[in-house]
Amino acid sequence: MRHGIGAGAAALLWLGTAQAMAQEPIKIVDVAELSGGGATVGTNFKNGADLAVDEINAKGGILGHKIEITHYDTQSNAGVARGLVQKAIDSEPYVIFGPGYSGSVKAVAPLFQQAQITDIMGGEAAELTKFGNPYIFRTSFGQQSSMPKVARYLHDEVKAQTVALEWVNNDFGKGGRDEITKALGEFGVKIVADISSEQGQADFSSDVAKIKAASPDAVFVYLNEDESARFLKEAQKQTLGKPLIGETTLLGQKVIDLAGSAADGVRGHIGLTTDAPVPAVQEFRRRFEARFHYVPDHNGIKGYLAPYMVKAATEKMGKLDREHLADALHGLTITPDKEPGILMEATWDKNGDIDRQSFLAEVEGGKQTIIKILPKLSK
Amino acid sequence: MTQLVQILIGGLATGAIYALIAIGFTLLWQTSQTINFAQGEFVMLPAFFVLITMSSGLPFWVAALIGVVVSALVLGVFFKKALIDPMLRHGVLPLAIATMALSIFLKESVKSFYSAEAQPFPALVPARDLHLGPVTVSLQDIATLAIAILAVALLQWFLAGTRTGRAMQATAQNPTVARILGVPVERMILLTFVINGAMVALASLLITPVYLAKFSNGDTLGLAAFIAAIVGGFNQVRGAIVGGLLLGVAENLAATYVSAQYRGALPLIILIVVILIRPQGLVGRAEERSV
Repeated sequence: MRHGIGAGAAALLWLGTAQAMAQEPIKIVDVAELSGGGATVGTNFKNGADLAVDEINAKGGILGHKIEITHYDTQSNAGVARGLVQKAIDSEPYVIFGPGYSGSVKAVAPLFQQAQITDIMGGEAAELTKFGNPYIFRTSFGQQSSMPKVARYLHDEVKAQTVALEWVNNDFGKGGRDEITKALGEFGVKIVADISSEQGQADFSSDVAKIKAASPDAVFVYLNEDESARFLKEAQKQTLGKPLIGETTLLGQKVIDLAGSAADGVRGHIGLTTDAPVPAVQEFRRRFEARFHYVPDHNGIKGYLAPYMVKAATEKMGKLDREHLADALHGLTITPDKEPGILMEATWDKNGDIDRQSFLAEVEGGKQTIIKILPKLSK
Repeated sequence: MTQLVQILIGGLATGAIYALIAIGFTLLWQTSQTINFAQGEFVMLPAFFVLITMSSGLPFWVAALIGVVVSALVLGVFFKKALIDPMLRHGVLPLAIATMALSIFLKESVKSFYSAEAQPFPALVPARDLHLGPVTVSLQDIATLAIAILAVALLQWFLAGTRTGRAMQATAQNPTVARILGVPVERMILLTFVINGAMVALASLLITPVYLAKFSNGDTLGLAAFIAAIVGGFNQVRGAIVGGLLLGVAENLAATYVSAQYRGALPLIILIVVILIRPQGLVGRAEERSV
C-alpha cells in the first residue's frame, strides 16, 4: 500500500514537472533603440516583433511553447546597448533581437559569440557579418549586397557621370559610403563631393550648399531617418534641383511622413518596403496599421520577420535547442508557403547574410511607388 | 561668392533664433538672478503645444497663436510661481540645479507621453528661392531673419520706449531702489518670465520646421543659446543678439569650410577664448563690487 502511494506520488510529480516544462515559455529579449536618434528604427522593430509574437502565440506558439518577449531601450547609445545585451544574456533567453543601429551591433557582437547565443538584428553595415561571428543574422541586406545595385541604377538609369555623397558619420554611414564608393568606381562614376554629417545633426544648410557648389549629376544620400528628413527639407528649401538617390532608409515611410513634399522625386533601391506588390506584405501592413495606427517602415518588417525566423529554425530542429539555433539558421531557406510570416522567400548563408528579392522605387505624392522588382541574387 | 552669401544668410537666420533664446536667458538673469538650464526644453515644448492643438482639428496659424499664449502662461507664469519663487530664497545654485531637473523632467515627459520619434512640423512660409541679383537665397531663411529682427526690435522698443519697459529695466538694474521708487518689482519680474515664454515659443515656431519636433531638440538649442549669451554678454540684451548671430554664422562657416565635425567645436572654442580674454562678453558690462 505504502509503495503504491509512493509510486503514485512520484508519477504525479513527474507528470507535473513534464507539464510545466512543456509549457515553459520561450524567452526572447529585444534590445532596441526606443529613444534617442534611433527611436524610429527601434520602435518600428519592436512593434513588428510584438505583432509577430502575438500571432505566433495565438496559433499555439513554437512547438507548443508560447513566446515571452521583453524590450530594452538602448537610447541609441552603443555603450548602453552593451550593458543591456549583457543583462539580456544573464537572463538566459532563447534568442536575442537587435540592436538596429550598426554601431551598437558592432559593440555587442562579441558578447553573443562568447555566450553562444543567436542574435537576429537590424543593422545593415557591411562589416557586421565579416568578422566570422556565427551567431549574428541579418533581417535586411548588408551594404555589400545593396550598394552595387544602387551604383548600377545611378549609372544605367540615372545616367550620372558625377555623384555627390552625403552620409552619416557612424558605422552605418561609413560602411555604406565605402561600399558605394567602391561600386561607383567600378562603373567609372566620379565622386565630386564627399560630405559627412553627424548623427543627430539638425542643420544641413552647409551640406546642401556644398553639394550645390559641386554641381553633381546626382546626389546619393545615406543618413538615418530623422537626418534624412531634415536633409530633404533643406534640399527643398535651397532648391538643390538634383536627383536624390538613396537606399531603403531614404525612401522609408517615416522619412516620407517627416519630410512631406520634400521627399517627392526621391528614388532608390529598397530591400524591404510595405509598398511591395506582394500580397503577404500588404496584409502585414494592414494588420500593423490596424494595431498601431500608422504605416510601418522597413524596420517594422525586420522586427516582424525575426520571430518567424526563430519559429522556422526551431521547427526545423524539432526541439528547443538554443545552442544549435544558429546552425539551424545557416543555409536555411524559408518560403511563404511553408511559413507565411516570412512574407517573401529568404535564404541565410553561412555568414548570416540574407538573400531575398528587392525593389527599385520612387516617392511621389507622399507615397512610395515600386518601379521594378529585382530577383534574389541566387536566382 | 554665391555659396558664401548663402552660408552667411543661413547662419544669420540660425543665429537670429539663437539670439531670441539667448535674450530670454539674459532677461531672466538680469531681473531675477535665474539661470534657466531648461531654456532649451522651453524652446522644444511649444512645438508640442502646437501639435496637440492641431490634432484637435484647428488650422496651423490658430494652433500657433494658442501655442504662444500657452507657452507664455505655462513657461512664464506657472514656471515663475511653481519653481522660481519657492527656490529663489535658497540661492542661485539650488535654483540652477532645480532648472536642470526641470530640463530632464520636460524632456522625459514629452518622450513618455507624446513620442520618442521626430514629428513633422509646418513651416511659417513655403520653401522657395529668392533671387537677389546673382545670388539665390532661401525665402525661409529671409523670413526667419525678418521675423526674429522684428521681434527683437519690438522688444527693444518696449523696453526703452514704454513706461512698463523702463520699469522692467529699473528692476533689472537695482530692484531695491526700483521698489523704493514705486516700481511694482514682483509684477515686472513676472512680466519678464511671460516675455521669455513668448520669445521661446516664437523661436520654436521658427526652428522646429527644420529640426522637426523631437523631445531631444532642447539639448543643442539650450547649449547654443547659453554659449551665445555668455559670448555676447550675459548682462546685456544686445550681447545676446551679438552672441547669437556670431554663433550661427561661425557654425555654418565651420561646417562648410572646415568640416561638419567642427560645427559644434568652433562655438566652444570661441566661448573659451572670450572667457579668457573678455569674461564679461563681447558687448557685456564688467560687473564690479566695492568691498
